[in-house]
Amino acid sequence: MIQVKHLQKEFRIHQARSGLGGAFRDLFSREYKTVKAVDDLSFTVEEGEMFALIGENGAGKSTTIKMLTGILTPSDGEIVINGYVPFKQREEYVRSIGVVFGQRSQLWWDLSPLESFRLLKSVYKVDEAEGEKWLTRLIEELEISSFVSQPVRKLSLGQRMRCEVAASLIHKPRLLFLDEPTVGLDVLVKQKIREFLRNLNETENMTILLTTHDVSDIEALCKRVLVMDKGKLIFDGLLSDLKEKWGNGTEVSFQMKKRTSADELRRALGDMPCKITQENEYTLSVQVQQSQEMLPFVLSTVMSSFEVSDVKMLETSTEDIVRNIYQADTEVRDHA
Amino acid sequence: MHRLYMELIRMRFLTMLAYRVNYYSGIIIYAINIGAYYFLWGAIYGDQQQLGGLSVEQMTSYVAIAWMSRAFYFNNIDMEIAQDVREGKVAIEMIRPYNYLSVKTAQAFGEGIFRFLFFAGPGIFLISLIIPFHFPATATDWGLYLLSLLFAFLINTQINLLTGLFTFFLFRNDGMMRAKRVVVDLMSGLVLPISFFPGWAQTVMGFLPFQAVNYYPSLIFTGAITHGRAWELIGFQAIWMVVILVPILVLWRMARNRLVVQGG
Repeated sequence: MIQVKHLQKEFRIHQARSGLGGAFRDLFSREYKTVKAVDDLSFTVEEGEMFALIGENGAGKSTTIKMLTGILTPSDGEIVINGYVPFKQREEYVRSIGVVFGQRSQLWWDLSPLESFRLLKSVYKVDEAEGEKWLTRLIEELEISSFVSQPVRKLSLGQRMRCEVAASLIHKPRLLFLDEPTVGLDVLVKQKIREFLRNLNETENMTILLTTHDVSDIEALCKRVLVMDKGKLIFDGLLSDLKEKWGNGTEVSFQMKKRTSADELRRALGDMPCKITQENEYTLSVQVQQSQEMLPFVLSTVMSSFEVSDVKMLETSTEDIVRNIYQADTEVRDHA
Repeated sequence: MHRLYMELIRMRFLTMLAYRVNYYSGIIIYAINIGAYYFLWGAIYGDQQQLGGLSVEQMTSYVAIAWMSRAFYFNNIDMEIAQDVREGKVAIEMIRPYNYLSVKTAQAFGEGIFRFLFFAGPGIFLISLIIPFHFPATATDWGLYLLSLLFAFLINTQINLLTGLFTFFLFRNDGMMRAKRVVVDLMSGLVLPISFFPGWAQTVMGFLPFQAVNYYPSLIFTGAITHGRAWELIGFQAIWMVVILVPILVLWRMARNRLVVQGG
C-alpha cells in the first residue's frame, strides 16, 4: 500500500551573518546551508497495518509525513501510495487519505464543526446518503454530538481534536495519517481517540500511520514501530522486538516474610547473570536480561528457597526504551 | 466541482455574517469615504460645469459607484495567502483535493457578494437619497456594468493572488502587499478618474491592468461612454485577465516545488 524508496529531503537554510555589517552584507549575498531532514528512508506498509513513527524533535518525522501526504516535494527517492505518486498526482491522491495534524486545525474557526463537515463532504464529493450514515457513525463513536453545532473557537482542545479526527475521515479514506494527534490532551480524551482508532482499524481495515511523542499511544495502538533519528531510519520492526533490543529486561521484586540480605539471595541463585538490589530489609529485586529463559528459573529458585509473601514483575516500559534509544544515540554521537 | 465552489462561497458568506461589528463599521467607513469625496469634488468643481469630460453629476455618480464597485472587487486574499504560508496552514490546504488558488478565488467571490448585497446595496440607496445620483437608464447599461464589474473582480483577485504567491518565496511581504493596495486604489481610478491624470501618466497606465479594476466599470456606470466603447473596455478586461493568468500559473508551479511548511 505504501512504498517508500530512498526518500530524501534537503532544505536550504539561510545563514544570517552576525552584526550590523553582516546584516548589510546579507542584503546583497546570502549564505546558505543545506540540511538533510530526511536521509535515505525506505520502508513498505501493507493494507490494514497500524504503525507508529517515533523520534526526537527534529528527527524528520513531520517532514516524512508531509512528503507522504503530498504536501512537500521530495528532493530525491520514490513514494508510491495507493498507486499514486503523492506530490505529482496530489489532487487525485489526497482523496484516498485522511490527515490529522495535532497542531493545526482543519476546521473553520468561526463555523461549527457540522458546517465544516458539510463543506468537506462537498470537497470530497461524498455520496449524500452514504456520507450521512457514515458521519452519524463518526459523531456517535467519537461522542461529539453535544457540541458539534457550536463554533469551533468555543470548543475545548479535547472536543476540537475529536472533531478534527471526524473531519479527516469524512470521505472514508483507506489510509489515515495522524501527526502527533494526542499532544496536550487529557488521559480520557486520549483513550477515547485511541479506542476509536483501534475500532476503525478492525472494522474498516483502515491503514493508520501515526507519529507521536506519547509512548502510551504506541503501546495502545501499534504493533509496528519505525524509529527515526537525524533523518535516518534506525529501527523498523515489531514493538516487542524493539523492547528486546533496547529494553532493560525484566525486573522481579520479591517481598519476603523474613529479613533477607542480597548475599543470601545471591547464594541461592548461584552465578546466574542477574543484578540484585536490596530495596529494604524485606524487599529485594532481581533484574534479568533475557526474560524468556531466565525468568522461570529465577522465580522457581527464589520461591523454593525463601518464604515469599508477594511478587511483583516490572517490565521495562516503552517509555524507558525510547529514552534508551535517544540516550544511546547521544553517546554514539559523543564518541564519534 | 461546481457544488464545492457554491459551498465555499456560501461558507465565506456565513463567516462574514459571523462578525457583525466588522460589518457595521464597514458600512460607516464606506459612507465616510464617499461623503468626503463628494464634498471634495464639489469644492474642486466650484462654478465649472465640466472637468476632464465629466459633469458634476457624473463625477458624483462616479465617486459613489467607484466605491461601491470597490466593495465588490476588493478582498484581502493576498493577506490570507500570506498568513496561510506564515503560519503553515498551507499544509491543510494541500491535503485537500482542490486547487488552492481557485478555492481562494471562490472565497473572495463569497466575500464580494456579501459586500455587494449588504454594503453596496443599502449604501447606494442611502446615498441616492442625499446626493444627486443617476442610475443607468436601461437594462443593457446595467448588464454592461455588471459584466464589467465581474471582470474587475477577477482581475483584482488575480493581482492579489500574484502578490500573495510572492509570500512563498519571500516569507514576509507585508510591505509589498501594502504598496499594492495603494497602487491599485490610485491607478485604478478610485481616488481620481484616469482622465484627470497628466497625459504621460495616462499613457503609462494604458500598459497596466489597474484601470480595468475600477475605471472601466465606473465609466460604464456613469453613462459617459457609448455602448460600443463599453464593449471595447470589457474586451480589454478579458485580455488582461488572460495575461495575468500566465505569471500566476508559473509562480504557483514554482511555489509548489519549494514549499516549506513553517513551524513543525
